[in-house]
Amino acid sequence: MSRQARVPAPPLATPRGIGIHDQVLFALVLAAAVATLISGFVALAPNRLVSGVPASLWISAGAAFTAAIIVTALLLLAVSMSPQHPAALAAAALLAGAWLLLTVAALGYAARTLIVDAPPAARVSAGPAFWVVAVCAALAFVNALQRLRAGLVLMTAAVAALCGGIILFAITGAFDALSIVREYAARRMLFGAALVRHVALVAGSVGPALLVGFPLGIAAARKPRLQGPLFAVLNLLQTVPSIALFGLLIVPLSALAAALPRLAAIGVGGIGPAPAIIALVLYALLPIVRNTVTGLAGVAPAVIDAARGMGLTRAQIFRRVELPLSLPILVAGLRIVTVQTIGLAVVAALIGAGGLGTFVFEGLGQYALDLVLLGALPAIGLALAADFVLHMLSALLPGARRG
Amino acid sequence: MSGRAWFATPLLWVGLLFAALLLRMDLLRPVFRWAFPETTPLIYDRASFLELFVAHLTLVAVAGFGAAAVGVALAIFVTRPAGGQFRTMVGTLAAVGQTFPPVAVLAVAVPAIGFGARPTVIALFVYGLLPIIENAVAGLEGVPHDVREAADGVGLSSRQRLFAVELPLAAPVILAGIRVSVTIAIGTATIGSTVGALTLGTPIFDGLVANKLPFVIEGAVLVALFAILTDMLFARLDHWLRRRRGL
Amino acid sequence: MIELDRVTKRYDGRSVVDDLSLTIRSGELCVLLGSSGCGKSTTLRMINRLVTADAGTIRVDGKDIIAFAPEVLRRRIGYAIQSTGLFPHWTVADNIATVPRLLDWPGPRIAARVKELLELFRLDPAAYRGKYPHQLSGGEQQRVGVARALAADPELLLMDEPFAAVDPITRDALQSELLRIHRATGKTIVFVTHDIEEALRLATLIAVMDQGHIVQSATPLDLLEHPASDFVRDFVGRQGLGLKLLSVRRVAERVRRGESAPGESLPQEASLRDALSAMTAQRTDRLPVADPAGRPIGIITLADLVR
Ligand SMILES: Nc1ncnc2c1ncn2[C@@H]1O[C@H](COP(=O)(O)OP(=O)(O)O)[C@@H](O)[C@H]1O
Ligand SMILES: [Mg+2]
Repeated sequence: MSRQARVPAPPLATPRGIGIHDQVLFALVLAAAVATLISGFVALAPNRLVSGVPASLWISAGAAFTAAIIVTALLLLAVSMSPQHPAALAAAALLAGAWLLLTVAALGYAARTLIVDAPPAARVSAGPAFWVVAVCAALAFVNALQRLRAGLVLMTAAVAALCGGIILFAITGAFDALSIVREYAARRMLFGAALVRHVALVAGSVGPALLVGFPLGIAAARKPRLQGPLFAVLNLLQTVPSIALFGLLIVPLSALAAALPRLAAIGVGGIGPAPAIIALVLYALLPIVRNTVTGLAGVAPAVIDAARGMGLTRAQIFRRVELPLSLPILVAGLRIVTVQTIGLAVVAALIGAGGLGTFVFEGLGQYALDLVLLGALPAIGLALAADFVLHMLSALLPGARRG
Repeated sequence: MSGRAWFATPLLWVGLLFAALLLRMDLLRPVFRWAFPETTPLIYDRASFLELFVAHLTLVAVAGFGAAAVGVALAIFVTRPAGGQFRTMVGTLAAVGQTFPPVAVLAVAVPAIGFGARPTVIALFVYGLLPIIENAVAGLEGVPHDVREAADGVGLSSRQRLFAVELPLAAPVILAGIRVSVTIAIGTATIGSTVGALTLGTPIFDGLVANKLPFVIEGAVLVALFAILTDMLFARLDHWLRRRRGL
Repeated sequence: MIELDRVTKRYDGRSVVDDLSLTIRSGELCVLLGSSGCGKSTTLRMINRLVTADAGTIRVDGKDIIAFAPEVLRRRIGYAIQSTGLFPHWTVADNIATVPRLLDWPGPRIAARVKELLELFRLDPAAYRGKYPHQLSGGEQQRVGVARALAADPELLLMDEPFAAVDPITRDALQSELLRIHRATGKTIVFVTHDIEEALRLATLIAVMDQGHIVQSATPLDLLEHPASDFVRDFVGRQGLGLKLLSVRRVAERVRRGESAPGESLPQEASLRDALSAMTAQRTDRLPVADPAGRPIGIITLADLVR
């Protein structure tokens, strides 16, 4: 499931004149328009536990924002129907970025205005139209960059600029009236602790998994006979759903804690971080071992032969030849594992391991859906950020251009 | 494969074990009583395991078949000339979408759709699309250029080329995508019990909430066996697909 | 008969086939010869409309190919390529049966045709019918690829460097087989290669191409003896010319009728080059020559070869 670098498909034809030259952009604008017409941009609820009444974009965000969003969308539509010159693509990127920021700003504004006339317990949350328009705008932005064949630096800068804009809004309090921000405000300390705990769970699992998995992978690459049984076991583990594995670890760990009170004193028990970390390590092993084996096996035998011919020792060959050459694949393995563990750690909250999943399951239990989002959205953000950073890292590695 | 070899496969034994536990978990009552003398009841009793399994299987099957049909159709579309413009965007979506934690997708589906089996099916379907699309596109694009050219050259229409050559050649890769998708769906559906779907995960959560470890173990063992059994069936299917073309 | 009439194909504004005209009579084995990138494949692929010409007309048996749906046209024209393009998930028999099935032949007729073709290519039907392409050697794959192209008995056979990827000994055998089949069936064949020896060995007509143009089209002998330009002379003369002449001329042209000699007899249609290698192999300077029925008709000597 590794993500490959994709070469953008060239536009089918680049004739002059009117026609849908960028079908993707056209479809995105259309989808956003339909969603805005048929669903609510925000929802207003009398309190945090009931679902709200939808309000359309023009009712909730006012004429100015509505007009600005529509004009931007129309301009994008026009760009999609004009020939694909670099200038047009650059315009599409800028417009799409503006579209996203406008939509996000409109959300904050709509929440502020609706909440003014509402009772104190009332909540405003984002509606389907907001989500669809925001996703379409983000995709239009990425689409324009891909068509521009933007390099790594430009891509990073553009994404950073957009995220920066949204963070700036947040800091200036533009979203303070939104329900999810109120949930956050009510649990500022808890949220910080949960985030730290989540990251700690991930680091505390990926670290040991690397310490075990990397040597295992090297051993398996050296002795192919090991690979059959090793991968059979790791695949089996990967197949077992996380919650089942967590559940199955509770029993032996509580028995262990009961038998050895000293272990219990340092936090080992059937419930809590201990079974979570053990399960997360087990899940992390497969991608690490697999990528280590693939990476090392991918080093051309001729290269190793040449190194041996020049008198390098085995250890030197490993350190100077095999490791650098397989590093991109090893980092890809690290990326897969980190993203996977961030997701699985959410589930670990069910066995009392803490982390962002606490909010998710607490919210689901209380029917407080914005609390669910307070856990789910940061988890998604964390996974995306980890994916992005590790992608950049592997792209910057010296060996990345190989094959 | 000869009859004897078939009986020697783990598939049969795992299947039998699963079926036995599903129908007669109560036979293990003495074991549970010995391990958890203070807990009652020892066997989950709010629903039969068979009922839970059928509900769980239905969720996974509905979402899985839907995702397979839509995912393969989308992959076919973006690999034809008419859909070529969407190829990059669909690829990006499939790749980025898979970095979303499945449980987060499930959680996000609830505010959008409500509680119950519906958000679970929809979340499973949407998330399940991603690996299928990714693999189906890779499989269709992996058909060697010369084979495609020969198909055109001997006079297959583009539809005949798709159904007689491209899809059969891509089948093992597509199947691998469906396998990943279904494995994730089984696990995510288990967590669906927290949003009101009835699954084999329900005893696990009830057990965790009520602090009844036997329930947790019963649910966990059944879920694990279900997942392993499904994976084995896919392995068998894959084997069969490859053997059919002499590989 | 195939007529290409002022045919042009442009990619990105560049003409890769430029105003090209060529007539190939029925029964001809026409070789398009030229270095890589000169437009041979593009020319060939325009004949079965895998590539659409930007200008000009192409007629097969007097009919403009634009009049046919591409699939219909292609089912009437055999097509074999270097990498064979055999369908890896189909058996040898299924691969050969591709076009007959598209044409809805009845089952027994298809089975009989598959058997006939396998025998024609000296592949034992019982042993090969059920094999998959990956179980065949390169030469066997090529045979099956050509058999597939011939399956529906097309009037015309297009071959794009079909033997370029096999080893020299297998290539030699495949070339002999193609010659044999060409003689036996009388089909019109258009054959693309960059290998001058292969062209001389196979062709009844050679069209030398350069940068999208045909610079000379002539019989092999004409081409060697009267190259139309320095380009052709250069291209043809890159390897020893004498040896090439040897591969063009037949033993029948130099035979001393009525004489006899010991040793394994040469067929009269063997090339002088074949005669030379046979003599070296048998360490003799004279060999008997036989007609197609195997009856001795005379001898050929070493001196006759270089006469
Ligand atoms: N589909 C295509 N798009 C762009 N250029 C092409 C395409 N097909 C062939 N060409 C170019 O046309 C020229 C002739 O190609 P081709 O006919 O394959 O040459 P040959 O078969 O003689 O080696 C080459 O320069 C090749 O790069
Ligand atoms: Mg060519």
